[in-house]
Amino acid sequence: MTKYLYYPGCSMETSAKAYGFSLAKIAPLLGLDLEEIEDWNCCGATEYLGISLTPAYALISRNLALAAQQANGSRTVVAPCSACYLNLAKADYYMHEQPKLAQNVNEALSAGGLSYKPGSLTIRHLLDVIIYDIGLDVIKSKVTRPLTGLRVAPYLGCMVPRPDYEKRWSDPEHPIELDLLLKALGAEVIDFPLKTHCCGGHMTQIGPETAFELIRRLIASAAQYQADIMVTLCPMCQMNIDAYQGEVNHHFGTVYHMPIVFFTQLIGLAFGLDAKELGFGLELVSARKALEKIGIEAPEPAPAAPRPRKQEGLPMPKPLPNKATKLSEKGKVEK
Amino acid sequence: MALATDIKPPPSAPKLIEDLTFLNEVVERTAGVSRLEMCIQCGTCGGSCPSAADMDHTPRMLFAMIRAGMRQAVLMSNTPWICVSCYHCVVRCPQNVHIADVMYTLKSMAIEAKLYRDSTAPDFSKTFVDMVEEYGRSYEFGLATRHYLKHFPLRLPGMSPMALGMLTKERMSIRPKRIKNIKQLKAILQRAKELDVKAQRPVA
Repeated sequence: MTKYLYYPGCSMETSAKAYGFSLAKIAPLLGLDLEEIEDWNCCGATEYLGISLTPAYALISRNLALAAQQANGSRTVVAPCSACYLNLAKADYYMHEQPKLAQNVNEALSAGGLSYKPGSLTIRHLLDVIIYDIGLDVIKSKVTRPLTGLRVAPYLGCMVPRPDYEKRWSDPEHPIELDLLLKALGAEVIDFPLKTHCCGGHMTQIGPETAFELIRRLIASAAQYQADIMVTLCPMCQMNIDAYQGEVNHHFGTVYHMPIVFFTQLIGLAFGLDAKELGFGLELVSARKALEKIGIEAPEPAPAAPRPRKQEGLPMPKPLPNKATKLSEKGKVEK
Repeated sequence: MALATDIKPPPSAPKLIEDLTFLNEVVERTAGVSRLEMCIQCGTCGGSCPSAADMDHTPRMLFAMIRAGMRQAVLMSNTPWICVSCYHCVVRCPQNVHIADVMYTLKSMAIEAKLYRDSTAPDFSKTFVDMVEEYGRSYEFGLATRHYLKHFPLRLPGMSPMALGMLTKERMSIRPKRIKNIKQLKAILQRAKELDVKAQRPVA
């Protein structure tokens, strides 16, 4: 067992429960010993940084200080969430780069009896640890139910491969790590061109139309490549593509049905674990069909898809879906 | 997107000293070494940006305006608020300017100067931060209800199936979760805020 300090992040307990459940199931099989940081707090996501400097970095650094205190046999912090991973890595890196920031943050931390020396911990993402510490050979050796025939679109989103302060990934725009992992599980991996494009992040909340277009591009591309399912490692990406797919379809007059799950869920499936225990069924765009394709029964009846909104007001001509959309829909039907 | 000719010059042409003040202020308030002074106006940032079409100014243009001391126009621009922090520009910038972090700085300066026109984005950030300061954890249900009631009440009916799905699948909790040592976190944040205020007091 390799020991790590584990920073789950808020969404692992709420919107990304499936990620949390599946990780808990596969960790012992992979020999990952994840020791949760005691009484960790929110990293501030992408919101606190835009409000004020020192409080934002102090918020992040309380976690680093707690982790460093707890460090016993491991000085590596593992975060499964992209925003958490980036924030922790960023705070550590910038405090190292700019001693004044470290000084201010430490003065703030001292109000709570804490301190943190930049550079004293290593911050890594879960996928990084699974690929480079555990290794593909170990993963292959544990596969008992290869995902043969399942076409998957590997989707990483932005904040894991970029800005990549420590140069941990093969490429900031087209990294191959997730592809390699999914191939090791036996899945058919499409060469997804938008694998590190943006899901809109918090724009679903503040500028929905900006976000909807970004989400549409991702789903349309995955559908054009005839992927059965998208696979991600980011709770925000999963939430945007899954929970807002109904609204995106409504907005553009499309009929996409593109489920998106976490890579840990697929690892679990390939290891022969039970789909329900891996959090399948918690997605709003059901992955049932995709699972049936590889002979795995989904844990619960697919919930009724959210009904499209009734058209308000007078009948108006509908905006025509663009060519790309039409093509992909056709492609889906023909299949 | 606004053309260069659309940008109204500030009421009085800025003095050279003021120019330097604004650029320096942005640099000073950005975490790490921003390298903003190094921008060569190549435009790689705007060309890489997935949401540039919705921006008043591309990042390149905004950086030129910062150098020109156009404080008001810069802080009124929607550009930092449209930035989705995807870091495409950051990894492509030939000068390694920390573009995304400069955007965060501009947001905080715009909030302080009360110059943003649309309050949706700043309100969202503030509500999020309020929740985190209160509980030590993010609280999606409280955030979503408060935010939507204020800014998108008409979107609520259309969103109810999604919200219901999230609630019935227990992917959103109605009650917030609080960390154990919230007192400690509050003390840390309080001290941090005092430090920021002290640092931002204009030098007499």
